[in-house]
Amino acid sequence: MKRGISFTQAFFTLLMRDLKIAVRHRGDIFNPLLFFIIVVTLFPLGIGSEAKILSRIAPGVIWVAALLASMLSLERLFKADYNDGSLEQMLLSPQPLQLLVLAKVLAHWLLTGLPLIIIAPLLAVLLHMEDNAYPALIATLLLGTPVLSLLGAIGVALTVGLRKGGVLLSLLILPLYIPVLIFATGAIEFAASNQPYDGQLAIIAALLVGSLVLAPFAIGASLRVSTN
Amino acid sequence: MQAQFHSLADFFHMGGYGFYVWLSYGVAYASLAILIGVTLTRKGRVLKEIAAKAKREERLAQHRSAKE
Amino acid sequence: MWKWLHPYAEPQRAYRLAGKFVPWLSVIAILMLLTGTIWGMVFSPTDYQQGDSYRIIFVHVPAASMSMMAYVSMAIAAFIGLVWQLKMADWMAASIAPVGAVITFIALVTGSTWGKPMWGTWWVWDARLTSELVLLFLYLGVISLYASFEDKVLAARAAGILSIVGVINIPIIKYSVDWWNSLHQSSIKMTGKTAMPPDMLIPLVINILGFGVMIAALSLIRFRSEVLARNGMRPWVRELALAQGAK
Repeated sequence: MKRGISFTQAFFTLLMRDLKIAVRHRGDIFNPLLFFIIVVTLFPLGIGSEAKILSRIAPGVIWVAALLASMLSLERLFKADYNDGSLEQMLLSPQPLQLLVLAKVLAHWLLTGLPLIIIAPLLAVLLHMEDNAYPALIATLLLGTPVLSLLGAIGVALTVGLRKGGVLLSLLILPLYIPVLIFATGAIEFAASNQPYDGQLAIIAALLVGSLVLAPFAIGASLRVSTN
Repeated sequence: MQAQFHSLADFFHMGGYGFYVWLSYGVAYASLAILIGVTLTRKGRVLKEIAAKAKREERLAQHRSAKE
Repeated sequence: MWKWLHPYAEPQRAYRLAGKFVPWLSVIAILMLLTGTIWGMVFSPTDYQQGDSYRIIFVHVPAASMSMMAYVSMAIAAFIGLVWQLKMADWMAASIAPVGAVITFIALVTGSTWGKPMWGTWWVWDARLTSELVLLFLYLGVISLYASFEDKVLAARAAGILSIVGVINIPIIKYSVDWWNSLHQSSIKMTGKTAMPPDMLIPLVINILGFGVMIAALSLIRFRSEVLARNGMRPWVRELALAQGAK
């Protein structure tokens, strides 16, 4: 029997498919982004527009908003595929599930993580963030948001078969997000006060590598549970 | 080894920290009591449910055989 | 080992075996907790720094240390259930979770009421407190994930995956908060263990062990009802249920 397409081919086919679907439903890309912007703009309205306070809380606000936006967009990561049965096709395909899952997560990150990183500096300007913290903001978002997508995908895979997964999802995912949040905001605050922050960056990178290796297995196992 | 408190009032006073000490012990043992209560009655509830289900099925079976 | 373990992997046997352990464990737990608590509350010397408020330690430290232990044992049970498909282990994990959640809650509340007189505030975002809070969230996540699946075999697998991911996360959270805190202010550390006289240490250890035994006893009681609930269709459970209903 022919084994079909190679692993790389399968990976890129799935990646392109997910990107194509997203481009056709543009709302899926823009809604989390809009949510991110709105949440960030709510903080100055709620706390007051004093520049000093805003610049103090800017890293935390941006990161918390990124976290929520990532969670919101993740909810639909496997939903459509689960409903139309293509998820089961993926589970049955000869290619390893971990690889396919990784492709889906990468597509998700390209669609929601990357636009977020591009828009974040603009929002940082609105929040009067310290000038020397910008590189740290970009660096932590670049390293951190893929971790969010990977960890979040575990929770989504666990709840995809449930009808009311939304609230449960946040209970499952947010505790897992805490380390990323802490190290990222720590790095940005170090940068704002002109201290070296490569220690925190290295740890976020380690989290990224760790979750890149381990999360696909957990996601795969969870999907098998959910589609049983 | 000897008791550290001279009177019962002294014991409840806890050297001025009575409120905090008794609050923490109160909450701790109250929540433990709730947990123990729920845990102990759970078996009864589970068995009741199963018994009700078994009886229902029995009734259904009798009804069916009566019809035939 | 599996040959020896196999007969116990039968629900009825496990139910009976657990039933044999429960009375012993309960008695031991009650005795230990009574001894430790009374010793600690009445006979232990007053702390020269913290006064009598330190007596919260006799419930706080046991709860805090055992909440971690309960989580690890839950995750181990979940791991065994996932890898060897042993339903018994799944049910055990599901039985430990609510007990562990309550113990974690106790550790948080007692810590908070201890913090108020000592630090002047109910809550500090210190490494230990934060990781304990996250532990509570993890427990709640496991419990609600287990509860939200209709099919309990699937529920156990899903909750098992989550608890294993959580176990990896706990040390990371602990260290991350340690780092994070070094930014703001040094957290207030508890007095070193080196200074603890035996009259405080012995009741504390008794209570720690007592909490452990109590958790074991409660988990086994829950395990027994879990076995019944999951085997509702088996004849022996039906007999038991009907006999109970006849009373």
